[in-house]
Amino acid sequence: MNKIVSKARLSDEVFRIEVEAPNIARERKAGQFVIVQTDTEWGERVPLTIADADPHRGTVTLIFQTVGVSTHRLAELEPGQSIEAMLGPLGNPTHIERFGHAVCVGGGIGVAPMHPIAQALKQAGNKVTIIIGARTKDLVILEDEMRAIADELIVVTDDGSYGRKALVTEPLKELCGAETPPDIVVAIGPPVMMKFCAEATRPFGVRTLASLNTIMIDGTGMCGGCRVSVGGQTKFVCVDGPEFDAHQVDWDGMLLRLRAYKSQEDAAHKALHDGGQCRLDAMADDARKKAEAEGGSR
Amino acid sequence: MNMHSAGDLGAKAKEVLAGLDGRELGNKDRMALPVQDMPCQDPLDRARNMEEVALGYAEAQARIEAARCLQCKNAPCVSGCPVSIDIPGFIAQVAKGDYHAAADVIRKTNLLPAICGRVCPQEKQCQAPCTLGKALKGVDKAVQIGRLERFVADRERAAGGAPMPRVAAPTGKRVAVIGAGPAGLTVAADVRREGHEVVIFEAFQKPGGVMVYGIPEFRLPKAIVREEAEKLERMGVSFELNYLVGRTRPLSALLEEDGFDAAFVGVGAGLPKFMGIPGENLVGVFSANEYLTRANLMRAWDRDRAATPIYPSKRVAVLGGGNVAMDSARMALRLGADEVHVLYRRTRDEMPARAEEVAHAIEEGIVFDFLASPTEVLGDEKGAVRGLRVMSYELGEPDASGRRSPVAIDGSEHDVPYDTVIVAVGNESNPLLAKTTPGLAVDKKGHVLVDESQKSSLDGVWAGGDIVLGAATVILAMGEGRRAAAAINEYLRAKD
Ligand SMILES: Cc1cc2nc3c(=O)[nH]c(=O)nc-3n(C[C@H](O)[C@H](O)[C@H](O)COP(=O)(O)OP(=O)(O)OC[C@H]3O[C@@H](n4cnc5c(N)ncnc54)[C@H](O)[C@@H]3O)c2cc1C
Ligand SMILES: Cc1cc2nc3c(=O)[nH]c(=O)nc-3n(C[C@H](O)[C@H](O)[C@H](O)COP(=O)(O)OP(=O)(O)OC[C@H]3O[C@@H](n4cnc5c(N)ncnc54)[C@H](O)[C@@H]3O)c2cc1C
Ligand code: SF4
Ligand code: SF4
Ligand code: FES
Repeated sequence: MNKIVSKARLSDEVFRIEVEAPNIARERKAGQFVIVQTDTEWGERVPLTIADADPHRGTVTLIFQTVGVSTHRLAELEPGQSIEAMLGPLGNPTHIERFGHAVCVGGGIGVAPMHPIAQALKQAGNKVTIIIGARTKDLVILEDEMRAIADELIVVTDDGSYGRKALVTEPLKELCGAETPPDIVVAIGPPVMMKFCAEATRPFGVRTLASLNTIMIDGTGMCGGCRVSVGGQTKFVCVDGPEFDAHQVDWDGMLLRLRAYKSQEDAAHKALHDGGQCRLDAMADDARKKAEAEGGSR
Repeated sequence: MNMHSAGDLGAKAKEVLAGLDGRELGNKDRMALPVQDMPCQDPLDRARNMEEVALGYAEAQARIEAARCLQCKNAPCVSGCPVSIDIPGFIAQVAKGDYHAAADVIRKTNLLPAICGRVCPQEKQCQAPCTLGKALKGVDKAVQIGRLERFVADRERAAGGAPMPRVAAPTGKRVAVIGAGPAGLTVAADVRREGHEVVIFEAFQKPGGVMVYGIPEFRLPKAIVREEAEKLERMGVSFELNYLVGRTRPLSALLEEDGFDAAFVGVGAGLPKFMGIPGENLVGVFSANEYLTRANLMRAWDRDRAATPIYPSKRVAVLGGGNVAMDSARMALRLGADEVHVLYRRTRDEMPARAEEVAHAIEEGIVFDFLASPTEVLGDEKGAVRGLRVMSYELGEPDASGRRSPVAIDGSEHDVPYDTVIVAVGNESNPLLAKTTPGLAVDKKGHVLVDESQKSSLDGVWAGGDIVLGAATVILAMGEGRRAAAAINEYLRAKD
């Protein structure tokens, strides 16, 4: 059992929770993730990146978007309540070294997992440029936190409601085309975004890493459900990754596998709303006010 | 029609038993007694439900089956059992009707009889060398030792379970058991009895290992596994679930910083093999581990309650010929598939699966395509499976092992439509623990190397079960666990 010690709503669909998990807080490194289960009898195992951790308090911070039934259930938990199971830290930590100039591209919820990586890259002495991308202004998260780390911060929105109206690939291409191109690019976000980031940097030969979010079950290398083809070889994202050379990943194959259960998940999610069980919308204002009062970052 | 209805088999057995009328039986009489079939759910019903298939002997059946045992002086059956249960000893008690005494005999060497009685490949172990089977010229006519073992264990469970083992006074020594499969659970019981503190670290949310995530409910009810874990808890063993040693904490830290005096590594063989053919990453191709874990551990078979989805399948191909393949095929049927095929490169005689499971699968309507193996998984424009390209084989000359190996028939490739492919061609050892534990010696295949007492290359660390043997059996894992526990107890005694 892992008790939730605080909770904030960062946007309509994005929540941040701080959870007691002393073992995980002690061992985790940037780039690693956990698997949570709100219900060990019937619940799904949901992989979420560790966005931050405090080994002294023994807590980890998770930032997640409510996309389906399991993430909705997680969002319904309040401080004082517990997540029944949390396994981690899983996956290989990001390889951090002094590369020189590092560009971090975070799209949507991908900004959350990017945060600890950007932090670590900065601490290692890199010049860090951060690109935050979101569909619209309301979905921009962690801007202040990222600004605190970045040497340069670029915010883009699809609809131009905030920052520059562009896709993340535009500033990324500009940076790659500059006189001194970046030494490394790290991209985390929706798979389609990562795919296009890979295409954007490929012609410039800039080394690019992506953190893959395939479907997972155990997260320990036992099931093979998370497999993806990288450089023509089958890899298990949970133990061989989650980060891979973005230029080697078979993005189209990965995108197809992610949709394997789409129709069933959509039906389950719809039932949640139709059945009036989804209290999230009702909670929205309440939570948002609270988050703002706590100084929740927007 | 069900040839194995519990009522019919029980009634017939009662008649036979009445006919014996307490008479002293000679060997001839014993040999003439009918082998007792296992009562089972009707194949058509059970193929669509998750309840246990084999229902267990009625008392009269157990008495007759026990009466068939010739009580051989040399008892060849015992040498076939990996933990050397005193088989004639316990069967003699069943014949007398003293089931308590029978359970006491079994418990001396086997801690998990309700499980082994159900899942041991008896026809390759205890029942293979049975004198009666030899005399009657068929291993299927041997004394049905496993079924009797299950009968005894189930009687005891129904009567409130085995007496709690006595736990010695606390010694202040602490042992870490990594992995809650049959190997780890056995070690925990044996080490705890000596008064040592035992903590079991398990990656999953439930203890049991393959017994909960792999072997389906219809073959091994999860309640039995749960009871075993609960018994350990009552003995004072603690469980740290959702704890992946090597990631949540390195093994070395448990020993050097957290005060554990010894550790047992029983992490199993959880790394699924794939065939390495084109199309294996298409949507609709699963490892048996994934398919069964979704269905068993995550309980996806209960579609209304479980949050974990399972792929909706109509035509399923299962690749492989072992227990894992049988379980996957029969699970797919229960999850609603219209047609399930098992593709195996050799023939029925070479199949490594338990004979009973193959027979059950056939009764349930699983189709077996022998001497067939795919060369490619075919996909549609959406990247989903649409079929298999299958190559036919014939049996060639016997190889070094004496088995006739399959030889591909040139030009025999043909396409067969399927929407789901489950790959059940075996498991290798999961490299995580070895990778994160410097100094833990493993062989080429990643199996932990141990000496005859199960001790690894690291001081204070023992290992056993599938991580040492490769994918093996529950009883072998248990046997290794017992051996390791004895060595650990010895080591801790000497450490004073
Ligand atoms: C290593 C890793 C780290 C992740 N980190 C984060 C994070 O920090 N924050 C966050 O919001 N999300 C993260 N995700 C994605 C998150 O796990 C999924 O959004 C979540 O599992 C969806 O569950 P659900 O039941 O709510 O939705 P579902 O109804 O199950 O699914 C909705 C959609 O999400 C996708 N999906 C389903 N299951 C998974 C899964 N297990 N993994 C990935 N995608 C899935 C599918 O495309 C599906 O159509 C991460 C995924 C991985 C693999
Ligand atoms: C589908 C299937 C059907 C089978 N049918 C039969 C049968 O009918 N009869 C039979 O005798 N055998 C059968 N077997 C084989 C049998 O189940 C195994 O041989 C046996 O379970 C091995 O026991 P074990 O204790 O070594 O490991 P496992 O049962 O594999 O248990 C290992 C446990 O360790 C945990 N673990 C792994 N790594 C870590 C870590 N780093 N930290 C913490 N925990 C960890 C795992 O989650 C798992 O729970 C079958 C196997 C499968 C897959
Ligand atoms: S434990 Fe297995 S091999 Fe030994 S007697 Fe029982 S069924 Fe036979
Ligand atoms: S070999 Fe068969 S007949 Fe002989 S004692 Fe063992 S079980 Fe009985
Ligand atoms: S999630 Fe099962 S192997 Fe990666």
